[in-house]
Amino acid sequence: MSLISTLARLEAVESGRAQPLATVCHRRLSDRPLVFVPLTTAGEAGAPLGALVGTDRGSPRLLTVAQPRDRDLRFAFLAELAETLLPHLDAYADDVEPAERSETDPETGKRVKVEVELCVDAPQLIVPNRPGVDFVRLLGRSMRFRRTAEQDPDTPYPAPARVPLLGRWLTHYGERARVPGSSLLLAATDLLNRHWATGQSNLEDQHLGALLAWIDPPDGGSGRDAALRAETDRDGRGQLRCPPAGPATDPAFDNRLLAPAIDEYDRARQFLGAAEDGPGADEQLGRLTRAEREIRALLESQLRPTWDAVWRGLDLLRELPEGARVADRWTRDRWSFTGHRDRVRSGEPPQPRHDDAVTAAQKLASRETAQQQLEAQEALDDPLVLAGRRLAGEAFIGEVTEVVMAYSESKRPSPRPLVTLYSEDTPQLGERTKVYRSLDGKPQSAEFVGWEPDGGGTLVVRLTDRMGRGREPAEGSLPEKGDVIAWTLFEHDQRGGPKLPSTEETPWTHGGPPAVEGRGPGAVPLPEARTPADGTPSAPPLPLPDPVTEDDFL
Amino acid sequence: MRGNAFEARVKADGGTELMRLLHERMGAGSPPPVPGEVLVPDLSAAGPEGRVARTALALREATGADGSPGLWTLLVHPLVALDVAGSPAYLEPDAVVVGPDGRWTVVEIKSFPMIDSSADPAKVGAAARQAAVYVLALERIAARTTGARVDHSVLLVCPRDFSNLPTASVVDVRKQLSVTRRQLTRLTRIEDLAAELPEGTSFDLERCSQAELTAAVDSVTAAYAPECLAACELAFHCRGRARSAGAVEALGRGVRGELGGLTTVGAVLAAARGESAPGTADDDPTVVALRRAAALRAEALRSLPEGAVAGCR
Ligand code: SF4
Repeated sequence: MSLISTLARLEAVESGRAQPLATVCHRRLSDRPLVFVPLTTAGEAGAPLGALVGTDRGSPRLLTVAQPRDRDLRFAFLAELAETLLPHLDAYADDVEPAERSETDPETGKRVKVEVELCVDAPQLIVPNRPGVDFVRLLGRSMRFRRTAEQDPDTPYPAPARVPLLGRWLTHYGERARVPGSSLLLAATDLLNRHWATGQSNLEDQHLGALLAWIDPPDGGSGRDAALRAETDRDGRGQLRCPPAGPATDPAFDNRLLAPAIDEYDRARQFLGAAEDGPGADEQLGRLTRAEREIRALLESQLRPTWDAVWRGLDLLRELPEGARVADRWTRDRWSFTGHRDRVRSGEPPQPRHDDAVTAAQKLASRETAQQQLEAQEALDDPLVLAGRRLAGEAFIGEVTEVVMAYSESKRPSPRPLVTLYSEDTPQLGERTKVYRSLDGKPQSAEFVGWEPDGGGTLVVRLTDRMGRGREPAEGSLPEKGDVIAWTLFEHDQRGGPKLPSTEETPWTHGGPPAVEGRGPGAVPLPEARTPADGTPSAPPLPLPDPVTEDDFL
Repeated sequence: MRGNAFEARVKADGGTELMRLLHERMGAGSPPPVPGEVLVPDLSAAGPEGRVARTALALREATGADGSPGLWTLLVHPLVALDVAGSPAYLEPDAVVVGPDGRWTVVEIKSFPMIDSSADPAKVGAAARQAAVYVLALERIAARTTGARVDHSVLLVCPRDFSNLPTASVVDVRKQLSVTRRQLTRLTRIEDLAAELPEGTSFDLERCSQAELTAAVDSVTAAYAPECLAACELAFHCRGRARSAGAVEALGRGVRGELGGLTTVGAVLAAARGESAPGTADDDPTVVALRRAAALRAEALRSLPEGAVAGCR
């Protein structure tokens, strides 16, 4: 954390209110985000218990699992989740614009431009907190290798139709969330913490209710007091008034309310089974329905406050204007969404359990690039973020006091004007350090020439590009006396990274080319049903499903 | 609960599955345990001291101190003691396995899943710290047992993927061992702590009133940090005290490190505003950096139109 953010925290302590860490919104907020608030079952290693999900804050869809140990009920939950989420994803898949992408021609090995489709917008998923992001990933992992009865008639516990597909999408979103600056899948706490500093620690900032209380206390009073209430206030039944934002529930809720309700549900099911179709059956069915309704009501009471809090958080963030370079990062998210759409449509198998060495290295390198790019873009979009870089000596603001024309010493001299600046900052400039400024959204570079000897904060840089091809600089490409300009010592547009070999050429030091999952030893032969009758080539074999046991948790 | 059911399953049939996993992952060079021939001694005894003695005896017998090694022994829920700040703490590992070569291995059985051979690193870390304490306690016994050697790697057994089939991984706990060792030697002895307290202080939950208890707790100095929140029931109390004292640690240990000699919120903000703080010079590097930070922050916020920043209306 930079000293500026620490200072903001201390100011928040003093004022009892959160303090701004940003002056613009650094993430894309979709007009129609899909909010997903999941709950898991205590002691069942992540078995789903319920969720609120939807795009309409006034009427979320409530999904529940009355008995989380029952595989059929869990599958019903996942099927319903698929029926809610997939149509939302599908709605974005066919609204496309033409775009170009460069690819390596397999025959000539040259880079060529190809015409492709790019989705105009991408569906956004918002969860309350980081454990929510992890849970999306877990759900994705648990579903993508499942088999439906149609895929494999012999599978022991066939999954509902669209569940494996949802697993692939959630896996994709979960992976994308690891890319710095991406906005496909976001946690509300991360969003808020990026833009405000509270008077509490990072650990406490993971509590959505307390975090919101610091930023926007309900009665306009002290954020600190409101946060404390959010953390500790309990009602007459010993229940937290602000339930945890999940996926884990509060033990007092589990023990005092949920466990008895599930017991009652189990009993009602037993009795219903025993009554068969005797005269008591109707009565028992009524009892079961009541028990189920009670569980739904209980879960909703835990989910609804979090649901409302997520939307409240989005409201607060929408009061900030979007940063100028957010759209650029969102375009990458659109590419990511479109790319996965294409992989699914072309019948590729689900993402493998383990990335091969080249893919893993590629992901790592691209995340590093994304991180640097994010840091640069945020600083360029936001004077408050830039302030942190100025404090660190990585950027400075200077007023132009003089521009003197000069030329390079080549056969065709190009302009290399000397710009004198006055700055109160203390950038870490060495001999010929490169500095950049933003000119119509594109970086223009210059070289540090030196400080004026008077020690009064006057320095000279030499512009080196973006002045056109002619001997005289293009119109508007030179700064003018009196301009106040932000210069950075870091590049504005990080691209590329190390060139990695193709997957098929993985060196032996990294395990050699990977075996295709599902084609290795033990791969299951294609079930007959999957080979189309008309003789067209069949789809690649499915990767192995996970081992299943009687009491799986997912 | 799932955890108990899983543990029971792993230990079922005289620990056949557990022993197979252990031999597969860390048994190189040893003959495989034969199902049904693994010794599972009865460790029950009266009272913790009795169980500790019984465990030590079983460990010694299993190690072949009598000169007849060669068998695998599985100790289920042994009890070991460790001296913590001058008083014994009793610890109960899930299992300890004694190999034919006299090696003792701690086994931790957890209910969190290992998905695609990896588990939540935070949970694995916690399990490793826990296991390291068991290893330490066992080393005290091993020191008095000929031919015994405590493995500095432990076997972590978890459910595989989404099933309740066990899978295992070997966790090296050497780092946790040295951290725990250092912490234990640095602990102030309980008698010394007690000697500092005012005469008659009591923490008896049954007999003291709330006011008495609060006073008793307040008479002990506490080193609150936000990490306490996940670990200690007194955390809200200590946090309240730290906050009202204006301690910067309440915002995190890292924050404290950034602020040099300035330890209270008031002192930091005063220094940032340009007031001279008692005990710190104006040319103190922290003070200089703070003033610069405050000026840059104020400048950036000033550049905004009125009311443009939400949340601070
Ligand atoms: S919260 Fe607990 S561990 Fe932390 S300082 Fe207070 S008593 Fe000690």
